[in-house]
Amino acid sequence: MVQLTLPKNSRVEKGRHHAAPAGSGKTKTFKVYRYDPEGTENPRWDTYDVDVDNCGPMVLDVLIHIKNTIDPTLAFRRSCREGVCGSCAMNIGGRNTLACTHGHDEVPGADCTIAPLPSMPVVKDLVPDLTMFYAQYASIEPWLHTTTPEPQKEWIQSPQDREKLDGLYECILCACCTTSCPSYWWNGDKYLGPATLLHAYRWLIDSRDEATGERLDALEDPFKLYRCHTIMNCAQVCPKGLNPAKAIAEIKKTLAERVV
Amino acid sequence: MENYRTPLRRARGLGSAKHGVGHWISERVSAIALVPLVLWAVFGVITLAATDYYGAVAWISQPLNAVLMVLLVAISFWHMHSGMRVVVEDYIHTTLSKSALLLLNLFVCGLAGSLAVFSILKVALGGA
Repeated sequence: MVQLTLPKNSRVEKGRHHAAPAGSGKTKTFKVYRYDPEGTENPRWDTYDVDVDNCGPMVLDVLIHIKNTIDPTLAFRRSCREGVCGSCAMNIGGRNTLACTHGHDEVPGADCTIAPLPSMPVVKDLVPDLTMFYAQYASIEPWLHTTTPEPQKEWIQSPQDREKLDGLYECILCACCTTSCPSYWWNGDKYLGPATLLHAYRWLIDSRDEATGERLDALEDPFKLYRCHTIMNCAQVCPKGLNPAKAIAEIKKTLAERVV
Repeated sequence: MENYRTPLRRARGLGSAKHGVGHWISERVSAIALVPLVLWAVFGVITLAATDYYGAVAWISQPLNAVLMVLLVAISFWHMHSGMRVVVEDYIHTTLSKSALLLLNLFVCGLAGSLAVFSILKVALGGA
């Protein structure tokens, strides 16, 4: 009934050390989480001494350098390398962020830890399984809901109403915020999490959407919405500088407005 | 363990409970009400420090003091119940222990609050 011990594979062991080759310039040590759930070994911390003089400035550059020149078995996601796609979200120096926009010299301390996004199942190494995250996003039906017959051209919106979407539409669904939220760690199966709620608010506030009431009905739930306790980790870590906590507060205010 | 439910089926779960805003508002309203009540109670206790037992009984027997004290105690326990409930919902995930703790929270807060209100009334109405 009560689980007092963690599963065996939750203990991260000391891993292999990869020293820098002779003749390297300035080196920095990167401590990287390695795990293959299909294997029999526990997760481990591998350390890599990386010649930072011979590699780009971002943490993603370091990971690509490790994969190309030191250890091709390292697995991680990346695509755009400019903070637009959200693929390379991971926990760097204890903080969720995008590897491609975070300089390795921004991480305080001598060595830099790189781990997958917290609380998600690991597919391999730095690749988290975000299936539930995407399903929760899909569950809020993130598209325009209308009953009025479609106009000949587009649905018109005033510049003032369009401005209300600023600070919301920029979200790239990297999952940094959601996986940094302690409430999501404990109740991620029911709590929608900051990213999904920020998008829920983006559709609530959209002047063209005609399903505001239904959307509010679907959100008013002790777990889906009200697990947010304004911890604010989401706003602290968002690599795009957005504020999901504020969006959630606005949803709560809108729900209160509906009854008083 | 594979259960063949689609991710969307799991994300939607049992759907929305369509309540929660009432609890959210009551947490905030009781918190706001407690600010002046606690300030008043601190002030009251400071003034009572200079008097004896009979002075204290006379103070609590005044209608305004008695009513404010009952409100302070009742709203405090109400607020405590709301807060503890959220803590249990946050951290306890097995149905049995969760239900048991939510019941315990309700009963303990209800009993302690009722006893406190009764005690205040008893003193205020001259029973002690």
